[in-house]
Order: sequence, then structure tokens, then C-alpha cells
Amino acid sequence: MKLLGEDVVTDDGLFVVNMGPQHPSTHGVLHLKVWLDGETIHKVQPHLGYIHRSIEKMSENLSYRNFIFATSRMDYLSAHINNEACALTVEKGLGIQAPPRAQVIRLLMAELTRLASHQLWWGCTGLDLGAVTPFFYAFRDREAINGIMEETCGARLTQNYMVPGGVMFDIHPNFQKRTKEVIEQCKKNLADYDQLLTGNVIFEQRTKGVGVLSKEDAISFGCTGPTARASGVSCDIRKWNPYGVYDKVLFEEVIRSEGDCYARYMCRMAEMKQSISIIEQMIDNIPEGDFQEKTKAVIKLPKGEFYQRVETARGELGVYIVSDGAASPYRVKYRSPGFSNLSALSHMAQGAKIGDLVAIMATIDLVIPDIDR
Amino acid sequence: MKTALLISFSSLTRHIHQWLTDLVGHPKYVLLIEMALTGICLIGFLVMLSFFLGYMERKVAAFMQIRLGPNRVGPKGSLQIIADTVKLLFKEGLTPTAADKFLFNLAPYIMVITAMLVMAPIAFARDFQIWDISIGILYVSSVSSMAVIGILMAGWSSYNKYSLLGAMRSGAQIVSYELSIGLSLISIVILTGSLKMSDIVMSQQDGWWIFKGHLPILISFVIFIVASTAEINRAPFDLTEAESELTGGFHTEYSGMKFAMFLLSEYINLFVVSAIAATIFLGGWMPLHIGGLDSFNHAMDWIPSSLWFFGKTFFIIFIIMWFRWTFPRLRVDQLLNLEWKYLLPISMVNVLIVTLMAIMGWHF
Repeated sequence: MKLLGEDVVTDDGLFVVNMGPQHPSTHGVLHLKVWLDGETIHKVQPHLGYIHRSIEKMSENLSYRNFIFATSRMDYLSAHINNEACALTVEKGLGIQAPPRAQVIRLLMAELTRLASHQLWWGCTGLDLGAVTPFFYAFRDREAINGIMEETCGARLTQNYMVPGGVMFDIHPNFQKRTKEVIEQCKKNLADYDQLLTGNVIFEQRTKGVGVLSKEDAISFGCTGPTARASGVSCDIRKWNPYGVYDKVLFEEVIRSEGDCYARYMCRMAEMKQSISIIEQMIDNIPEGDFQEKTKAVIKLPKGEFYQRVETARGELGVYIVSDGAASPYRVKYRSPGFSNLSALSHMAQGAKIGDLVAIMATIDLVIPDIDR
Repeated sequence: MKTALLISFSSLTRHIHQWLTDLVGHPKYVLLIEMALTGICLIGFLVMLSFFLGYMERKVAAFMQIRLGPNRVGPKGSLQIIADTVKLLFKEGLTPTAADKFLFNLAPYIMVITAMLVMAPIAFARDFQIWDISIGILYVSSVSSMAVIGILMAGWSSYNKYSLLGAMRSGAQIVSYELSIGLSLISIVILTGSLKMSDIVMSQQDGWWIFKGHLPILISFVIFIVASTAEINRAPFDLTEAESELTGGFHTEYSGMKFAMFLLSEYINLFVVSAIAATIFLGGWMPLHIGGLDSFNHAMDWIPSSLWFFGKTFFIIFIIMWFRWTFPRLRVDQLLNLEWKYLLPISMVNVLIVTLMAIMGWHF
């Protein structure tokens, strides 16, 4: 039996450890090959493909109504926003716009999704850094938001609520009342979050100055979302390229300059507050009217290329559709935020400790099905 | 001495001894039988204790994590841990193909044996101590440091990279924190002038050391709690098993009863360090006495000594559990920084101050 090989110890004495595909902190089936010098990380190489479902290829055989729902299975924590991106692209191709009511509903749903996603991320970050308790607090709050989703969309995680031309059905009569209650509660609970984790000395030690990503690197790796904004890159699509009614709401783009794990953490914590403020602005201002624009039974996009980008909880999601005029897309390509953010991991983790790698992975908020489509 | 009111176990043990002497005759055999009996009682006690601690940990965790915890098996879920043990008993104990089988199977036993050995000099109640050895404290700190051998053995023999990393971490961690523990124990030894557990308890007759010893003893108490949490590998110092980093650390490859042994040793260790902290700093079984207030001391004597001991011990256990469920985990270099740059210098200076205090007689 050959005991030592290149996969155990390299010639220059580096210890090779495979983190994943089944590992508690890779949040799914990410496989990281890590070259270690003692505890210090020499090199990290992500290996992908464990959860590849060829969603892009599948979409070529699905109608323009159906292919949207495959995207709920990509970044499952922002299913609404993914669906919205696809719906917006198809609407662009058709040259229609969702009615005002649908647009506001979309915005509310997207911000609720973002809030829930960040809450889950907060819990998981605590878990990865060894504090188990935040996880339960995060799930308690997220559960309330999922309850709202369930009432209106009929599903909790993969909502499939967006259709070309609007939303699938009108909001539940309880929606506004419940959302207000949940938002009120979330505001109170955010203070708890800070008390439990943010101010903790050990937490600050674990995250400050760890996994620093400079502004230039963030741009060159194509990082987006809070990961890039923590490095000082202003890249919020909601601000720069507003879609829906984002140009009608007031919110701040949270930018920090440090670029370390703590900055990414604080960035997301502040984004939660922004999402709450957006929801508060719009929850009483849902216009009356149709929730869906009339579209043909079989949607056919004119020949051409269509691109739409949106801001998901993790960053910029781009949907690129090539149409040859048929009832299903000729080619679909998603620019997913997780993939680009992951590419910076190896750079950030160099010279860090194993514990830091976990902290970095937690703060760039990876969702593996988003990386592997 | 106001001992008459206390429930004493000495009459019970004396009766058993008398009965055995009548039955067997030869004192050597009597001693042997008594040792075996004590061992069986201790093992039984420890198993029950770890059941209880397991249940307590789950309930404490549940309380802090806004959930209910076990509530299905038995009244309020109290039998859950027994169901879990039965499950572990029936599980297959896998041994990896490439593992060093002898060491792999030996490691859990070493862990449990060292954990149980430390119990010997602990006084559970008045006149209820297995072995009042004259070098009590020294014995405790030397035997408990043997646990690292079990961890290193488990990590090395598993032939698993995570296990090895976990074991190496624990090697550095336990050896470092051993020093702070030793120094904080020494501060009490200086004040008492004895290593014997019974002497230390008796020296707290007119007040526990944590009250009598001013700030320096309070500091050594805090250092002892921090360092012993690190020594028994509990969060926030659970780097050896660091679930999110090393999956299971040194016991990744263990399953079934062998895994249960590690769990058992963890809970025994938790009890042992809390018991030692309670004995040394909080007076062990000694009721709350204040020098000079005779009537108050008399009233306190009405509470049985075993209750005092277990009350203090479980209070400390609760504190250790409390910060397990509150704090994130330290990183390996920060862990060693904490010991070598903060705890060790502080405890060294602290020992000097305590020595001065003992010489000048500044303590109460």
C-alpha cells in the first residue's frame, strides 16, 4: 500500500488537505484543496462541479415561462431575485414592463429575500467561527420571513413567484400587516445580533485584518456585492443601474474601505438595516392595479441578445439570453456572483491560518449551487 | 469544631469496613475488596454524572438558544441521554484500514482512565474522600496532563489529516495552559502551606479563599477557569475538535462506543476541573463561613456538606457551559498568544504578590 503520495505531502513538505466536498463549513459540496505548512495556508484551490445540474443547458429546452424557475435552484437564498432577473430579461425582450403594483411587490419581495439571506449568513458566520448560538437566533427571524413568503407565494425557499410581465398572483391580504410586524421585530433583533457577535473580542480578533482584499484585487477578480463593497468598490446595481422601482426608494450603498472579514461582516449588517428601511418606505405604498401584464400564452422573444443584471444578496447576477426567435432561448448564460467571489478566496487565504480560511469563506457568503450551476 | 450537625459519611464507611473485616479477616484482602468496591462505585458515579452533565449541557444550550432541548424521552427528556448511549453501544465501532489499530483502540481508554484517576483526591463531602494523598494538588496537575497523550495517540493513529491537525493543536494547547493552571494552584498552596486536599479545605473554615485572598486570588480563580477550559478542550478553546475547521478534530474517525468514551472523558474532565476549582477557591464541601460570626456559621452547617460541594461544582460547570454557548472560537495562534503573552505573565506576577501576601499575613 502506498501511504504517502503527492496528495498527502508534496516534495517541499506541504501537507495537502481536502476540505470538502463534505465538510461542515463549506456549506454544501465545495471542495477546497488546501496546501498547508503546519497551520499556515500556502495555497487554496477550489474544485467545482459536485453540484453541477447544467441549468443553462436545460434552459435551452424550456419555454420562457419555465426557465425562470430553474434559477430558484441556483442561489437558493435569493430565489426571488434570481427569478426577477430572468423575468426582467424576458420583459426587456418583449418590450413590456410590469405594472407598478407588480414592480413594488417585486421590490418588497427582493428586499425581504435579501434580509432573510443576510440573516442566514449571519447565523452561519457565527457557526463557522465556533459560536453555535447565533445560528438559532438567525433562524428564528428568517423563519418569520419565510412565513410571509409561504403565505403569498406558496413556497418558503424556492418561491417561483415572478413571471414575465409581473408576479404570479396578488399578495396575500395579510402580507402588509405581517411584514410590518416582522420588520418591527427584525429591527429589535438586530441589536441582539450586535450584542451576541459584533462586539465580541474574540470575534473581532478572528475577523479584523483577516483575509484582506484590496480595492484593485476586488475589481480584477470581478467581485461584487458586499464582498466588493467592503473593499471600497461601489458596485450596487440598485444604485448604478436601477431596475424596477429602485430609483424611487431612498437607501444608502454601504461601502467600507478595510476589505477584511470584519468589513464584509459590517457591510452585510448595515445592508440589513438598509433593506429594512426600503421595506418600510414601500410597504404602505403598494399601488392598486394589475399585478401582471397580459402576455401571450407562448412567449417568443425576437431574434437578438438580451442582458439584465440585478443585485442579489451576494452580488451582481447577470442574465444573458440569446434568442433565435423560437419559444425557448437559444442560449442562456448566468453571471453568478458566487463564482467570481470564490475566485478571490485563494488570494485572500494565502498565508492565513485554517481558522481564517473558514472565516473568509463565511464572510464572502458562498452558496455552492450558485457557483456550480 | 461544630461538626456534630453535619451529615457524615465516616460512620457508613466505618460500618462497611467493620463488616468486611468480620467477613474476610485478613486486612490486606479487606483493603483489596474495598479498593475494588470504591472503583466500581466511582465508575458508576461517573457514568451517572456524565449522563447528568450531558442532559444539563443540552438543556443549558437549549435555554441559551431559544429552543426546548430534549423533551421526548422520559419526563422532560431526561432519559434522552440514556437512549443515545444505547444507540452508541449498538453502533459499529469502525477502525480505519490504515490506522494503527493498537493505539487507535487504546486512546479512548487512556482518556477515560486519566480523567477518572484525577477523581481520587477530591473530597465530595465531609470525610468522604477516596484517597487523601499528601501531594494532592501535584497529583491532580500531573495526572490530568496525561490526557494529552490520549489525544495525541488518537490523532496520530487515526491516519486522518484532520485528526492529526487536531492532535497537534491540542499538544501545543494543553502543554501551554498546564503552566497557568499550575501557577494559579500554587498561589493557594502558598497560602495554605499544604498540597493536601483536606488541609486546603480545612484552611477555608473561616471563609473561602476567594473571599479571604483579596484580588490576587480572584485573578488566579479567573485564570484557573480560563486555563482549565482550554485544558479540557471546551469552547471557546475547542480547537482540537473545531467542528467547522477540522470536522471532528482528533476524534473524527471514532464511532460507536469508542466515541462515547471521548464524550465520557470530556464530561468527567469538566466535572473534575470544576470540582477542583470549587475545592481550592470556593472551599469544597466547607459551608459558607465568615470568621467570627458563630451563629451564622452554625446556621450554614445545617446544609449538608455534599450539597455545598455539588452546588459549587455545578455553579462552575454552568459558567463553563455558559461561555461555551456564547463565544466564538479562538484561532490557534491567538490561543497561544493568550497563554504566553497574557495569562502566564499575569499569573507569574500574581504568584509573587500572593507570596508577599502570605509572608506579610495580609490575607484574612
